[in-house]
Amino acid sequence: MRSLLPILTVLGAIVAIWYLAVAPMNVRVALDQVERSGAIVEPATSVERRATSVWRLMLDNSEHVAAGYALERPRLPTPAQVGQELWKTTGEMVLRGRALSKRSLILHGWITLKSTLSGFVLGTLLGILGAVAIVYSRVTRMSLMPWAIISQTIPIVALAPMIIVLSSQLGIEGRGLPKAIISAYLCYFPVLVGMVKGLQSPAIAQLDLLRTYSASGLQSFLKLRLPASVPYLFTSLKIGIAAALVGTIVGELPTGAVSGLGARILIGDQFGTPLAIWAALFTAAILAGLLVTFLDLSQRLILRRMGMPS
Amino acid sequence: MMWVIIALVFWLAAWAVNVALARSRYHDTKLVRLIVPLLFGATLLVLWEGLVRGFSVSPVILPAPSVVAQTFANSTDILWVDFTQTVLKGAVSGYAIGCLSAFIAAIAIDRSAFLTRGLLPIGNFVAALPIVGIAPILVSWFGFDWHSKAAVVVVMVFFPMLVNTVQGLRETDQMQRDLMHTYAAGYVTTLTKLRLPAAMPFVFNGLKIAATLALIGAIVAEYFGSPTRGMGFRISTGVGSLSIDLVWAEIFVAALAGSGFYGAVALIERAVTFWHPSQRGRA
Repeated sequence: MRSLLPILTVLGAIVAIWYLAVAPMNVRVALDQVERSGAIVEPATSVERRATSVWRLMLDNSEHVAAGYALERPRLPTPAQVGQELWKTTGEMVLRGRALSKRSLILHGWITLKSTLSGFVLGTLLGILGAVAIVYSRVTRMSLMPWAIISQTIPIVALAPMIIVLSSQLGIEGRGLPKAIISAYLCYFPVLVGMVKGLQSPAIAQLDLLRTYSASGLQSFLKLRLPASVPYLFTSLKIGIAAALVGTIVGELPTGAVSGLGARILIGDQFGTPLAIWAALFTAAILAGLLVTFLDLSQRLILRRMGMPS
Repeated sequence: MMWVIIALVFWLAAWAVNVALARSRYHDTKLVRLIVPLLFGATLLVLWEGLVRGFSVSPVILPAPSVVAQTFANSTDILWVDFTQTVLKGAVSGYAIGCLSAFIAAIAIDRSAFLTRGLLPIGNFVAALPIVGIAPILVSWFGFDWHSKAAVVVVMVFFPMLVNTVQGLRETDQMQRDLMHTYAAGYVTTLTKLRLPAAMPFVFNGLKIAATLALIGAIVAEYFGSPTRGMGFRISTGVGSLSIDLVWAEIFVAALAGSGFYGAVALIERAVTFWHPSQRGRA
């Protein structure tokens, strides 16, 4: 709680800077609009205005600056506008009983969440299996580990359109699976690295102790290595789920998808409705926040149940 | 069917060689450490080639590596144009601006414990957000050319870099700072002689994360409009016009650029933080 006040201060500063930035960002659009509705603006035509700096425009037309805060298609919307749009596409929809209509971000968020979660589960499984193989077999460690590292320097999201076209040509209907593959690819690596570290974290003395108990390999894995790796696993999972969400959204971007948060961003871009983009972005941010917080809470709970410092 | 059998035989043979190499008493030598992963990569390529040829997969779905290599050799001029547009102009300039400004911001923030406490959680949170989504907004602000791509990269790399640098600057303990104090070292001396060197492992961690993010940002931003060049542009139009071999060549360039970028940062890291435990013990 000691850091609550600093966090709120920083947040407040961000919002304040945002509000200040709205005026210069929007002044041109605002002036174009008031000019069209008949008001007299300092450099009279928009061609002349393009050559003038925004600061000059704001000084000369100070009475019209306020118009920049209430545009329908702003270059930079105010936080309040974004909030209103968010409410309009989520809360209001629920109140009107159309929570799952096509205009509701709840539906699109849910579609994105589904792919994210399936990709996350797939990636986590792959990561854990890979880590077990790497820890237990020297051949896999020597041959797989360098490629696992290289695979992360490849911008896989570049492959997103490929994967989607490929899977549709292979006859896989729907976009769920290809999106899940992309997000699994993005999130397997943090899990792999964390689990390798975690599975190797028991000291030699502890492993030797188990051997003196004549524990089998499976037993020492289940009773020593696996529990020891849990804190590492959770740290990786938190990175992984954020990466998985990025993967899903990017998977929805370049292929003309119609549902999902990425598709909302794309549609907002194509139809020139910035507010829709911002609302989708904030939904994605809220989703990411919720997922990471959920993992954080379960980490604390599980570690406490296991008797580890959390 | 011949091709599939050959590929499978090659795979088994290479795997056997790898097992033998890993079990031999030379398994710790540099050469074997290099050969084993290379052989593994080669098997993947041979398997790919064999399966594509053996089952005569249409090149529209998955071209064989040999076809991709041919396309790569034939279209080096296009690939080079795309490479300069996306990597050199978009990713690298955005990376430099973003990392440098985050580094300066971190040093400025570090002077105030209040700000640090407030900013670290928020920075950590923002670093986990799907920031690539802002690409369409930034493209509409900065235009279609590489400036908007660099802007996306700046925003993407800023917070990971900031968080890591701030954390690194807090690495030194009170005792070490007090020691510098007894030497009558001022703030600047303490910063340059003690705290920045101690922060370097964290700074390079941030730089490495940012290196992979930078390419992603630059390529994805090109899906939202770009001049008629650039890797993201070529990939999205290539998929549309079914010139998949060119797309794979483009992906190969992206892989090379990404690995090279990351490798360069890692090399500099090794030279700068040679004293750190994670670097010691490596030959």
